[in-house]
Amino acid sequence: MAFVTANWNPLGDAFYRKIELYEMGWNLKDGLRDCLVAAAPYGGPIGEFCFITLLRKIVSEYSFWKSGVVKQLGWTVSDDLLCVQEDGTVLVYDLLGGFKRHFSMGNEVSQSQVLETKIFHSPYGTGVAILTGALRFTLATNIDDIKLRRLPEVPGLQGAPSCWAVLTQDRQSKVLVANGSHLFVLDNTACTPVTPPGLSPQASSIVHMCVSFSYKYLALLTDSGHVWMGTSNLKEKLSEVDTKIKAPPKQMAWCRRPKSQQPSAVVMWDGLLLVVGECKETIQYHLDDDSILVPELDGVRIISGTHHELLQEVPGACEEIFKIASMAPGALLLEAHKEYEKESQKADEYLREIKEQSLLSEAVRQCVEAAGHEHEPETQKTLLRAASFGKCFLSNFPPEQFVSMCRDLRVLNAVRDYTVGIPLSHTQFKQMTIQVLIDRLVYRKLYPLAIEVCRYLKTPEYQGVSRVLKYWACYKVCVCVYLFTPLKKKNYILIIFVQPYCMPSCMLVYTVVMYLKNELNRGDFFMMLRNQPVALSLYKQFCKHQEQDTLKDLFNQDDDHEELGNFYVKASYKEQRLEARIAHLQSAVDEYYKAKNEFSAKTTEDEMRLLRFQRKLEEEKGEQLVGFSLHDTMTTLLSVGLHKHAEQLYKDFRVPDKRFWWLRLKALAEKEDWEELEKFSKSKKSPIGYLPFVEVCIKHHNKYEARKYVSKVTLEQKVKAHLAVGDVEGAAEAAIERRNESEIGTVLSRCSATTDHLLVERLNRAKATVAKK
Amino acid sequence: MAHTEWRDAPELPDFSLLKRLARDQLIFLLEQLPGKKDLFIDADLMSPLDRIANVTILKQHEVDKLYKVELKPIVSSSDQLCFLIRPRIQTVKWISDLVNADKVAGRFRRYKIIFTPQKFYACETVLEEQGVYGDVTTDEWNFYILPLDDDILSLELPEFFRDNFLEGDQRWVTTAGSALHLLQSVYGSFSKVYGIGRCAKMVYESWRELMEEGEQRTRQPEFAKVFLVDRDVDFVTPLCSQVVYEGLVDDLFRIKCGTVELGPDVTSSDKSIKVMLNSQDKVFSEIRNEHFSNVFGFLSQKAKNLQTAYDKRRGMDIQQMKAFVSDELKGLKQEHRLLSLHIGASESMMKKKTKQDFQELLKTEHSLLEGFEIRECITYIEEHINRQVSMIDSLRLLCLLSITENGLLSKDYRSLKAQYLQSYGIKHLLTFANLRQLGLLEEQQAGETLTVMESKVGKLVNDKTVGKLTDAFSSLAKKSNFRALSKRLALVPKSGEEYDLRVPRDMAYVFSGAYIPLSCKLIEQVLERDGWTGLEEVTRMLNGQEFAVTARNKTDAQRIVLVMFLGGCTFSEISALRFLGKERDAYYVKQIEYMVNIKLSI
Repeated sequence: MAFVTANWNPLGDAFYRKIELYEMGWNLKDGLRDCLVAAAPYGGPIGEFCFITLLRKIVSEYSFWKSGVVKQLGWTVSDDLLCVQEDGTVLVYDLLGGFKRHFSMGNEVSQSQVLETKIFHSPYGTGVAILTGALRFTLATNIDDIKLRRLPEVPGLQGAPSCWAVLTQDRQSKVLVANGSHLFVLDNTACTPVTPPGLSPQASSIVHMCVSFSYKYLALLTDSGHVWMGTSNLKEKLSEVDTKIKAPPKQMAWCRRPKSQQPSAVVMWDGLLLVVGECKETIQYHLDDDSILVPELDGVRIISGTHHELLQEVPGACEEIFKIASMAPGALLLEAHKEYEKESQKADEYLREIKEQSLLSEAVRQCVEAAGHEHEPETQKTLLRAASFGKCFLSNFPPEQFVSMCRDLRVLNAVRDYTVGIPLSHTQFKQMTIQVLIDRLVYRKLYPLAIEVCRYLKTPEYQGVSRVLKYWACYKVCVCVYLFTPLKKKNYILIIFVQPYCMPSCMLVYTVVMYLKNELNRGDFFMMLRNQPVALSLYKQFCKHQEQDTLKDLFNQDDDHEELGNFYVKASYKEQRLEARIAHLQSAVDEYYKAKNEFSAKTTEDEMRLLRFQRKLEEEKGEQLVGFSLHDTMTTLLSVGLHKHAEQLYKDFRVPDKRFWWLRLKALAEKEDWEELEKFSKSKKSPIGYLPFVEVCIKHHNKYEARKYVSKVTLEQKVKAHLAVGDVEGAAEAAIERRNESEIGTVLSRCSATTDHLLVERLNRAKATVAKK
Repeated sequence: MAHTEWRDAPELPDFSLLKRLARDQLIFLLEQLPGKKDLFIDADLMSPLDRIANVTILKQHEVDKLYKVELKPIVSSSDQLCFLIRPRIQTVKWISDLVNADKVAGRFRRYKIIFTPQKFYACETVLEEQGVYGDVTTDEWNFYILPLDDDILSLELPEFFRDNFLEGDQRWVTTAGSALHLLQSVYGSFSKVYGIGRCAKMVYESWRELMEEGEQRTRQPEFAKVFLVDRDVDFVTPLCSQVVYEGLVDDLFRIKCGTVELGPDVTSSDKSIKVMLNSQDKVFSEIRNEHFSNVFGFLSQKAKNLQTAYDKRRGMDIQQMKAFVSDELKGLKQEHRLLSLHIGASESMMKKKTKQDFQELLKTEHSLLEGFEIRECITYIEEHINRQVSMIDSLRLLCLLSITENGLLSKDYRSLKAQYLQSYGIKHLLTFANLRQLGLLEEQQAGETLTVMESKVGKLVNDKTVGKLTDAFSSLAKKSNFRALSKRLALVPKSGEEYDLRVPRDMAYVFSGAYIPLSCKLIEQVLERDGWTGLEEVTRMLNGQEFAVTARNKTDAQRIVLVMFLGGCTFSEISALRFLGKERDAYYVKQIEYMVNIKLSI
């Protein structure tokens, strides 16, 4: 706690402190040099503008920017970025860099070009003031409702004025212009020369001016290095301080918190920051980096390439509590609480001291208020704990202040997190209201956080949660915003669906499909999909993984019985229990019949019969069968000797003879039951011929058995059969008999020249005669 | 590879650049989640990832443990989980379940999902629906292209074919478009783009859109032309058994991501070995494009040479021996190892493929391609099914039959289908439904009546009109028209002629001289004519959708052509294109979605 005052600097009666808010994560090579930088008040967007400024950097280097040179950047009250171009066109971008719209500042501006621009905020919205090349001012108070005003001429103005500022006074925007030592106020009708009271006479020219956040105060910097501070109506002088620096500053801003006793301004030069107040002394800060100042309601933010800091006058409550050797009730209460935690009896002493002055409620109030002004959650906690401690000794202290401060701080800490990046102070938060904060979260598309904040602060539903949800839904739909035309819903859907090709539309289709799924009722939705093949297939894909049942409904709607049948067949394979499987298959059968696909229906029915059969056998014989194909079932049955049952399947399922013969043949050979095989071969004429008999015997290395069947083989296959059993002579015989050249060739290739010398000769002779014919 | 031998061969672009780009981005993404983390990787991303960044690199960037995504509950004690996945709904759902389970258990972890090659809206919707959208961070790893070899690039998207052609889901189209865009931004723009097929057109559109958005860089282009071809333009080629060495290796052992795992029977040891197959493998690069009947002879010759090289050391003095050991021995050892692997592989190949069965299978395929003895072929297929020889092969033959014959006669279709279901179970009803949807296996319906009508009308009018009518009918029936195409493009060489497989004279050698791959023939023709003029009839038979766009007028000497197969390609086609490249003195780089042999089931 002792360190709280470490960064305090006294100036006159008050203290000033500089708090680091963030380290900047952007990757600017040359810091902020060469960049146009804009930052919005109330902890406004900073992360985002880096993107824009960088863009502009690239832009100016490569002259890529389509429209022209950007003169000035600025943020609107609704977090849009304004880019004022040389020709007076103002482009509006949203927070994420998306182009929104553009407007022009009038013909006069576009003819004489923009010389300087200021973007300002007033109760009426965001305004733009432009100084044209013709040295005239054009001003629009609210960019959402543009009424251009051309201000009267400034007498004697030869070149650009040394400085100027926009004031809002008496519900009117005015421009304050300095030309040398002369000062003029321009309003709609007239140009009035004014003199600041008590301006030091050494000054020959006013080089810089700035208006306070509330437009109530004005600060002027003269070429002699004097800072004059007074009210903005120029009726009263508050103070004048000599900075002793005559170089023109880079920027000047008011740094005054509301209700402060002391006017103070911050002046920045290269590498130096000066805080000036009422007294002669100043506070000097050294700056490592190019920085910019962002005036705030209760201080100044300083943004550089690497850091983001807040400079402010230490708020009263904090000062009271933390000032060294302070005897304010808050300070005593904090001390009491500290001792209490140390379990020291001193706690009681301190407490008594406050109570004796009957200042305990004041002490609690101070602690609560100070907590609001602290940025470190640890300090906040300590102060709130102290307050809560003090509260215990008060019988009728109203709890609201304490409770709402706890809530506010919770929210503020959340939005101050670097991922959100809104470094809002409590004063600003109160000024700006919770609604605005939620809007700003929404602009940043931080919907979940916005909802959490609403819920936490118990904002009424219609102002809070439901409003955020509405924005969110709009955003979801408006992902396709560039196709969005405010037609009826159905129409824009069509617009999207008309384009069947390419990615963006593919994404869009998905987006729209998902949106419509929730929006329309089932029936309408499916009807709509029906005419959109791309959308339909995308949706099917989605359903396949997410919503199997929807898929079924979809097919149902289309009367696609074929697909439904397939769907059930597939479903049946996922079931473990047999009954469920059969039930699914039965549904499939029904669907196939509806689809007039008798083939599939019959096949499926067969499958059901087979399953039942398999189960029965499984129960009776204990063979694992369920789930096998017909072929595999029969193979299994034959291999375990259940010939009868196999036979039954053969009949029941109209298995072709050929297949059955193959099955029997294989099974018998597998068991090497040669006797049975022979019997089988003689049972009737083989539908598959007898070559397979030969081959199967050879496969099981039984040449003897194989020979038995060779004679039965048809003439066409004789050669093969003979060769299979290794009977080259027989093969030669057969081939010669058939007078088939290619067969003779095959046999020849199998003869070895040394052993079958005679045979080779014979074959060659036969080949020659065949060839002759 | 052969290209080093020709003097004039154009230099291939350096594709390792692509790898480096992908690696750098991945590392960047991993560093976004500082601290130790467990990484979950989609199974099919494992090998591609290994090519980009191996375990050591991952460990350097604080990846603690690596897991394969198995869609099961996980055991991980890490507080940070990172998922590297394809954008699949199923996987995302699994992750959501994990997150929700952690929430219930009151466990706090950080989750990061890296989608590659891109995010899909559907996946984010799933996250949202499961209520975890705010708990995970998502990112994209734009890893589009994996260079598999000096001349092969792959997108490694096995689901491309299924999603695009069967499900009609076009989300991968953009991926292909972006891949092209990436190539263009790295290697300069193409001068000319050809393509055929609906998907090809869409890919081109999406690519063009990207081009319009981005800036054009003017640099020396390394590719001259690009040719996009849909897989469904040519289904015949992938349905044929491959007989080129590399194709056979794929058929037998399955090459995945340029790597093949050889089992114990090949390596003649008790464990299997993973081998990288690319042009770095000296032995392989010489035999990959050869017809397998030549391979064995070649290998034995090589073995002899190797022996001679080893034998050199006899009679050496100490000095020479030292030089031999330090200079040559390592190379020889390496070659020895590879040689013995390939000999092992080709031995097991011979065992399987020279059997009667295979010969007959080839014979049937060839007669189907030629259109002779169809009845015998059907009988053969029936027997094939009845004997349960091979589930896939039977299906392959059926499809080939359907495509070459414009669909099966109703009677045949039903009987064969019934047979097939009896052999392999009713679940294949769905397989058949899928195949019909793809147009791979169809029943003649309208076609039949049309033929009848055709012949009736044919009697009434003269020949010329008949020709026109036939064209009209065929376009009506949306047939595959293979027979007519084959005649027009001379895909099937005249039978009866001897074809010397040692000295291939055209691309037909990749199918033992029986058939020139349709896709490759198209590419050859279009490049020769510099467009589609003169091929109107062919494109009509292929259902149109062809295009040729000149992007840059400047024609320069670059002869490298990029061929992109949308939906995968076979090694036979690659070999054929390599052959074409040699003939035309140009160079083809192939980009493929994924190596496929048609494999379809539920």
